[in-house]
Amino acid sequence: MSQIVKTKLGRRSFIKRSALATGGFAIGFSWLYSCEQTPKMVLELPDEWFNFNGYLKIGDNGVVTIMSPNPEIGQNVKTSMPMIVAEELDMDWAKVIVEQAPLDTSLYGVPFISKIAGQAEAPRSGMQIAGGSNSIRSSWDALRLAGATAKDMLLQAAADMWGVSKDELSTENGYVIHESSGQKEHYGVFAAAASEVAVPEEVALKDPADYKIIGSSKKNVDGLKIATGQPLFGIDVMKEGMKIAVMIHPPAFGMTLKSFNADSAKQMPGVVDIFQMDAYQGETQNSGFDITAFRDLVVVVADTTWQAMQARKAVKCEWVEADDVKTKISFFGRDTYFDFPKGLESTAAQNEKLNAAAKANVQTARRDGNPEMAFRKADRIIEKTYSAPYLAHNTMEPMNFFADVTAEKAHLIGPIQTPSIMEPSVAARLGMNPDQVHIEMTRMGGGFGRRLYGHFLVEAAAISQHVSAPVKLLYTREDDMSCGVFRPAYQATYRAAIDKNNVVTAFHVRAGGIPESPLAANRFPAGAYDNYLAESFTVKSNVTTGAFRAPRSNFIAAAEQSFLDELAEAIGKDPVDYRLELFERAIKNPVGDRNDYDANRYAEVIRLAKEKSNWGTPKEGVHRGFAAYFCHNSYVADVVDLKVENGQTIVENVCVAVDCGIVVNKDAAINLVEGGTVDGIGTALYSGLNLKQGAPQQTNFDRYRLIRHAEAPKAIEVHFVNNGMSPTGLGEPMYPPVMGALANAMYQATGKRLYQQPYAQNLDA
Amino acid sequence: MALFQLTINGQTKEVEADASTPLLWVLRDHLKMVGTKFGCGIAQCGACTVLLNGNAIRSCQLPVSAVGNQKVTTIEGLSDDGSHPLQQAWVEVDVPQCGYCQAGQIMQAASLLNQNSNPTDEEIEAVMNGNICRCGTYLRIKEAIKLAVKNA
Repeated sequence: MSQIVKTKLGRRSFIKRSALATGGFAIGFSWLYSCEQTPKMVLELPDEWFNFNGYLKIGDNGVVTIMSPNPEIGQNVKTSMPMIVAEELDMDWAKVIVEQAPLDTSLYGVPFISKIAGQAEAPRSGMQIAGGSNSIRSSWDALRLAGATAKDMLLQAAADMWGVSKDELSTENGYVIHESSGQKEHYGVFAAAASEVAVPEEVALKDPADYKIIGSSKKNVDGLKIATGQPLFGIDVMKEGMKIAVMIHPPAFGMTLKSFNADSAKQMPGVVDIFQMDAYQGETQNSGFDITAFRDLVVVVADTTWQAMQARKAVKCEWVEADDVKTKISFFGRDTYFDFPKGLESTAAQNEKLNAAAKANVQTARRDGNPEMAFRKADRIIEKTYSAPYLAHNTMEPMNFFADVTAEKAHLIGPIQTPSIMEPSVAARLGMNPDQVHIEMTRMGGGFGRRLYGHFLVEAAAISQHVSAPVKLLYTREDDMSCGVFRPAYQATYRAAIDKNNVVTAFHVRAGGIPESPLAANRFPAGAYDNYLAESFTVKSNVTTGAFRAPRSNFIAAAEQSFLDELAEAIGKDPVDYRLELFERAIKNPVGDRNDYDANRYAEVIRLAKEKSNWGTPKEGVHRGFAAYFCHNSYVADVVDLKVENGQTIVENVCVAVDCGIVVNKDAAINLVEGGTVDGIGTALYSGLNLKQGAPQQTNFDRYRLIRHAEAPKAIEVHFVNNGMSPTGLGEPMYPPVMGALANAMYQATGKRLYQQPYAQNLDA
Repeated sequence: MALFQLTINGQTKEVEADASTPLLWVLRDHLKMVGTKFGCGIAQCGACTVLLNGNAIRSCQLPVSAVGNQKVTTIEGLSDDGSHPLQQAWVEVDVPQCGYCQAGQIMQAASLLNQNSNPTDEEIEAVMNGNICRCGTYLRIKEAIKLAVKNA
């Protein structure tokens, strides 16, 4: 059944005519580079384009351009979001040109559905953002409406032209068809007239059963450009007269610049200027997204990157310990303060602080029944503590941004997940109005949350303003890895009370971190135990942290799922069956009414993984571990198969079951799940960042270990639950649970439970 | 500053640069060939991989003064039109996620196939182990190399 829906979303008319830029590639910046563009354009461009709405324009030859509204960080939205528009337009995908939309929240901004950082309220205004695994989920209605509305207008124009009723017409693959007369013409024939038709107030959306494009596999629209090395990324931006900037930040958190001497550096070839810069003027950082621990920077501007890097080495800086710093943040209109307590922190001392806070400074987040009583009466108690270090995002493309600031305007180009949030930040720093700031989005060499935080973009703008020239600011890998915005360091202690009949009578989690707790008090297993206690604690620090792929879940999932595995073993149950038993309880008679997961969907994805992996059928020499987790509105269950060869554990296979609702681009979705699975295994086994006297001890890939080719699983199989539900998140939910499944498989292989990430370090010890 | 004559993708290019400038930055900044990527600057990630006389090297570590008359091949020169079997296989298998490391991956794979036209899985893993893919597309990289071998 098709569904009739209003074309207004909320109070405003979502689908409206727009003055979309004309011409095939007028949007986006012109690249300055020396080789010819290859490969040749496949599609012949029309003589004239006709705008329907912000998302699409139709050419007189029937070719359609669809705008991808959100930033592309590798999550495939540049391909999959336009697929949704094309589906409802009933378009031939082979005749679609995809372009990155400009930053224009009046056209493309949709309310960001989920909460930011799990604490603050969701911003009400529309955004174009890559974050929270939310692009498809938030824009699902808008994208479908954009296509369906244009299709309806084409049908109206065709009905008028042919003098028939609209009801007699149908569409297929970019054609309007009048069956009884046999007339059939491509959309381009009607595009001029249709673009003048009044926007309908209601349109019909397709029945998901009729989808042809959604659910199929379409190749990455930038695939050939990537494989031929064409300029796509922010770091590739070049403009006439552009200078290169690098910066020097304090070598340790808790330090600041006392003085510097650049006399000899300034004499070096190609050097334009060397100067000190405060990333922010005054006490206010404009949003939580431009935060930085290092405000005081020494900036080196030169003609070329190498010249800038060489000159930087010749700058002599003197650093001193900083005092407590309190920074005011206007976070979506609410003033808050961010504390940077003074001191040079080391990992060992931080861990002691965490241990102390876990005993002294605990807040109850949820309490069901009488857990204290149950623990007092317990026949035995299991208690285990899990921990994980800071992580650096380490996008392969280091932080960088292009800025060209003149007296009239600021033009910025580069990789940023939150362009619409950063415009006011840039404006505030430059002393401009937000409408004088224009940010263009490029393809990003990875995001993982790091590029939600755009201090580097504010810095690039301030540098360009200072030297009165277009500038590209480049962070070296060392700058990138040592300047903060890390995944917080976490710790969690789980306890379970068990009676003499091997029944778990109470469940207790106490989770904390620096500076935030990873606790999600209302997630599973809340709702499955009568006596349940969830507590959190935090420790302040001057080390900046931020969202990192599947924030908080990226730690707590493995801790919880490792503990449940150990608990199931302690009471003599199969770990999968025990989880299903808990979900049975949560389905039939849930404890509390604040549980934030759908127990049926959770159990279903576990059953799918169980079935597809033939769980319970032992394989010679194969050690298996299971885990499941829910985050970003999606459900994922993993079975990890390990082999041990010459004392080395090898991940033979990972079976992943995913419920993310309707899958838009099947093969790309599989790719994403494979990648997130590899990432999860790599994080859990190898990655971590430590501090010594405030200084990060891993500043490049020689010491910061990322998973490499030979360490990846030999195979990953991906199974999607087919339930027809609206799409939810897919950029993050596969990442956390595989860490738990890995730990549980490692236990089966080695007999050793793993409590501290990275596990490989733990095994070596 | 000195003048260097380089052979890049079959063409002679003249570059004026400091002798210590790594080939990576000569390519990117001086010649505006930005397909070769900067990742770590210390030969640990492979994003800057190019071919020198057909063999993979990390261009972030090779000073322009050491290139001499050796033949440099970058991702832009692997084929004129994306028709190299590896490039076609990369598209067919739909390897990339963010795509940033893939030029380096393809050049490393091209070097591998220059020396070994039919590598085993273990040989692929060993040779590709120096190229980090942060998105974790390793399985597809391996699949694409095998497809390129088949289609070559």
